Amino acid sequence: MCTMIVEKVKVDGSAKGTSGWFTLNQANISYDHPFNAPFEHALNIDFVNESQGLGARVAVELSEQAARELVKTILAVLDQADAGGHLANQH
Amino acid sequence: MYQTDMYEGLLAETITMTGADGASINAFFARPLGKGPFPAMVLAHHMPGWDQWYRETTLKFAQQGYITISPNLYFRSGHGTPEDVAAKVRADGGVPDDQVVGDLAGAMNYVRSQPYANGKVGVFGTCSGGRHAYLAACRAPGFDAIVDCWGGRVVMTPDQLTKNFPVSPLDYTKDLPCPILGLFGNDDSSPTPEQVNQHEAELKKLGKTYEFHRYDGAGHGFFYYHAPMYRQAQAVDGWQKTFAFLEKYLL
Repeated sequence: MCTMIVEKVKVDGSAKGTSGWFTLNQANISYDHPFNAPFEHALNIDFVNESQGLGARVAVELSEQAARELVKTILAVLDQADAGGHLANQH
Repeated sequence: MYQTDMYEGLLAETITMTGADGASINAFFARPLGKGPFPAMVLAHHMPGWDQWYRETTLKFAQQGYITISPNLYFRSGHGTPEDVAAKVRADGGVPDDQVVGDLAGAMNYVRSQPYANGKVGVFGTCSGGRHAYLAACRAPGFDAIVDCWGGRVVMTPDQLTKNFPVSPLDYTKDLPCPILGLFGNDDSSPTPEQVNQHEAELKKLGKTYEFHRYDGAGHGFFYYHAPMYRQAQAVDGWQKTFAFLEKYLL
C-alpha cells in the first residue's frame, strides 16, 4: 500500500483459478508491492469476480519490462487478428 | 536475557475486539503466561495483509514479554486468504485512515484493560503499518512508544491526499505524545531517504523524543525473512534496537 497506484477496468472473459474456471468481470491493475515476485514493486494484475468471493482471483506480478512487453505483444496480436479479419467475427 | 533454566509459556489465540465506530473485528492475541504485570504492544500489519509474518511477529513480541495484539485492519473487506483480502483492499485504494486509527485505539484499550497489564502500551508497524502506527500514536491518546519501520507515505504531498488519506501524517507530528523509534533502509523508495530526513527534521523542530536509524545496503522490508528484501545483519540490529527501545519506555 505504499504507492497506492491502482486502476480498475471492466473486462469480459474467463479465468482459471484454484477452483477452476470462472467468469471475469474486472481486472485490477496496480504498481505496488507484490506478494510473491522478487521485486520491491511490481505491475500487478488481479483478474477477479468479486461476486464469486475473494478467492475468485487470478494474479500475475510482473517486472516493469515484462509488463511493457506484454502490453506490446497483446496489441500486436490484436493487430494481426484485425488484419486477418477475425475481430469482426468474435461473437 | 533468556537463561536456559527459565520457565516460558505463551497463550495465543484469535479474539474479537471492538474497533472503530464500535464495530467488532478479529485480532490475533498473544501473551506471556503468569501474573505480570506485563507491558503491551499493538501491531499494525502491513500492506500484504494480516498475514503469517504478522501472526509470527505477534508471537515474537509475546515471547519477549509483551501482551501483544495484531488487529485485522482489513476485517471489513471480507474473508479469504490474507493475499486475496489484501488484493481487494489494494484495488479499493486502501482502508480509511480514520478507521485504522479507531481499530488501533480499540486494540490499545483491549490490551491495557487486561488484569496482568502494567498499563504501558506501544505500537509497532512496518510498511503501511508503520504509517498507520504513526497516525495512531499521534491521534489516539494513550500510546507510550511507537516503532515505525519504513512507514511509507508518512510524508505526503497534497496531490497524494484522498478521501481515505485526507491528511499527511507528518502534519500530526505536533500531537505525538510519546518517543518514537524509526528504522529505515537507505535504498528504500517509500520512504525515500529525503522523506526520512524531512520526518526527522519535523520531530526535531517540535522537540519530540526520537531515535532514527538508517541502514546502508537495505531497502524496504528488510525484516521480511521470507522475501528477497531480507537483510540479515540489518534485521538483527533492528530487532535489537526495537526491544532495547521498548524496554526503556514500556517497562
